[in-house]
Amino acid sequence: MTDTTTVARATPEVRLYAALTGIVLLLLMLFGVLMRLAQSEWMTIGPDRFYQLMTAHGIGMVAIATLGGSAVLWHFLGQHVALRRGAAIANLAFFLAGVAVVLWSIFAGGFAGAWTFLYPLPAHPMGMWTRGAAAGYLVGVLLVGVGMLVFFLETTRAILQRYGSFAVALGWKMLRSGDKRDAPPPAVLAGTVVSIANLLAVFAGAAILTMMLINLYLPQFAISALLAKNLIYFFGHVAINATIYMAVIAVYEILPRYTGHPWGVYRAFVLAWNATLLMVLVVYPHHLLMDFAMPLWAVIMGQVVSYTSSLPVLAVTLVGTLANIHRSGIRWDLTSGLLVLSIFGWSAGIVPAVIDGTIAINQVMHNTLWVPGHFHFYLLIGCVAMILAFINWLSHEQAPARFGVLQGGLFWLYALSALGFVLMFLYSGHASVPRRFAVHLPEWQGYDRIASGFALLVLAAATLIVLPAVLRIAGGRGSGARAAGT
Amino acid sequence: MYQSLAWATSLVVMAVVAIVFLYFVASSRTRADDGAHTASARWRSGIFWGLSIAFVPLIGYSLVDMPYPLPGNASANPIVVQAVGRQWSWTLSQDHFPAGRTIEFHVTADDVNHGFGIYDDHLRLVTQTQAMPGYTNILRHTFATPGTYRVLCLEYCGLAHYAMMTQFTVEAASVAQSPEVRHD
Ligand code: HEM
Ligand SMILES: [Cu+2]
Ligand SMILES: [Cu+2]
Repeated sequence: MTDTTTVARATPEVRLYAALTGIVLLLLMLFGVLMRLAQSEWMTIGPDRFYQLMTAHGIGMVAIATLGGSAVLWHFLGQHVALRRGAAIANLAFFLAGVAVVLWSIFAGGFAGAWTFLYPLPAHPMGMWTRGAAAGYLVGVLLVGVGMLVFFLETTRAILQRYGSFAVALGWKMLRSGDKRDAPPPAVLAGTVVSIANLLAVFAGAAILTMMLINLYLPQFAISALLAKNLIYFFGHVAINATIYMAVIAVYEILPRYTGHPWGVYRAFVLAWNATLLMVLVVYPHHLLMDFAMPLWAVIMGQVVSYTSSLPVLAVTLVGTLANIHRSGIRWDLTSGLLVLSIFGWSAGIVPAVIDGTIAINQVMHNTLWVPGHFHFYLLIGCVAMILAFINWLSHEQAPARFGVLQGGLFWLYALSALGFVLMFLYSGHASVPRRFAVHLPEWQGYDRIASGFALLVLAAATLIVLPAVLRIAGGRGSGARAAGT
Repeated sequence: MYQSLAWATSLVVMAVVAIVFLYFVASSRTRADDGAHTASARWRSGIFWGLSIAFVPLIGYSLVDMPYPLPGNASANPIVVQAVGRQWSWTLSQDHFPAGRTIEFHVTADDVNHGFGIYDDHLRLVTQTQAMPGYTNILRHTFATPGTYRVLCLEYCGLAHYAMMTQFTVEAASVAQSPEVRHD
């Protein structure tokens, strides 16, 4: 290793975030496995229980990916700007309170309106849940949102305090001057983009959550179903994309320690992140391609932007990763392996996503299992691989641990079973199997069973990666720190 | 068929991505001198712009075929069918159609969002639109093949979402010429 950068020791709040993320991730994966087993009819789960699990899995995964991404962001941003620990603690407190209320509403109150709580379903439970449970869910999600508000206001404040303006933090100064010394570090650039995007998402989310809460108790306060859909998907789309944009900082910051080549911040890299900031905000109508009541310009914009918004950051990250490892003599271990895997997962997963963003194809693929197929691809093999890499890296005394047979086997078990699992979603989607069906027709159960096998293996591999790492973190060993590789 | 096209294209492109990764991983084991690495920083920009430019014609092409009821694709004499979804059933104003005629489904919902997805008798999704309370979405389709078609709900609508199905029959054109078929 030629890299001699010394990193600050990971703070307690980062360790707490990371450990919590790992454990909750496993629990939520188990929920996913249960759903697949139910669809296979290998396990009997009533439709009410199935939809509760689906709601918990969906909202839980989005929330925990946000928490895991926030851990990565907080850790690396904190090395460039002065973050106040209180904000991270407050975020965690709101998060835990919100999660407790959401879990109560789902498993005690029976709420099963799906994580997207599409208006007006929460108010039309047909006896499945009470009004209190629906309100509980909306309040719980609001609480998590308040935590995010505190967190991203703090990152924004700290960035502005250190860099003076968004223009510097977003790299515009460097674009004008062409001077590499004006370039913000990747963690700062990405952190600024994510903070702005997530703050806007939180505002939109809070608006629709509040409106729906009022509507629950005052039904005469009606909301346009289409407006509600727009607000919910804006919020959901930005939030879920932001998880990747935070977690990817792990690639920018950790991979170079393994290759000995710094992550270059060059003109295209800065442009790409700025373009993404703009586009992530206008892409969400691609969820509404089958809403023929949407204005035509909006769905066309949705399609064009969904083609292009994925591209810039992904392209610079993909090319940057390949260039970084190319003939680098990189040390392979579980961390570096997962980091490179994550960029593969993100890049490959975008392909079916973009294809589905095509209006003519969306016509026959929308709301089939093709959709969970593409997002599990870049979340499970992309985002979660980044987060697992971060947790593993954090838990080690010294960054590169040799890739032993056991670790190597674990890596390939995770990679291949996750790949098999998402390909079965995609294959089922191509065979028109609808998403969100608690009970599958006999014709579809063959696919479900193969997918269940893969899902169990994913869960096993993730457990074997997460548990030892969390134990190391909890035991106070490991710092993700010291002088990496020296 | 768009589904097969989507699946085949995805597999091919994903395989290419995988091969590129495997190539770079294999090349990563030996360390080159730093000069080589500066050179790679140069092709980095090239690849980036190449990728970006390759996307433009794709986007244009993708907009050629649009399902929306634009003035240009209006049919002269469609059969209009009212389709209403509610938790958890469908009501169609008629359930026998002739093959070869344009059917215009006026789709809406009474309570929550539903999805109006039409499946052929091989369980293949033929077309769809959303069924929303307060809005009517117009879906035009001309059935080429006679047979029994199923309507499945393609938007999550609560407990019995998976069971919200109905069916209709498309008859060969000659049968459909018979007088009891209503022509709106
Ligand atoms: C072992 C890993 C996992 C398994 C077995 C799994 C399984 C599932 C299943 C069976 C569904 C429902 C599919 C359907 O519509 O029929 C689902 C939905 C979903 N999953 Fe996963 N999943 C896993 C990991 C993840 C991860 C890592 C994330 C995000 C970080 C995630 C996010 C979601 C979301 C957002 C939904 C949509 C829920 C809804 O439709 O309301 N999943 N998953
Ligand atoms: Cu329905
Ligand atoms: Cu439904």
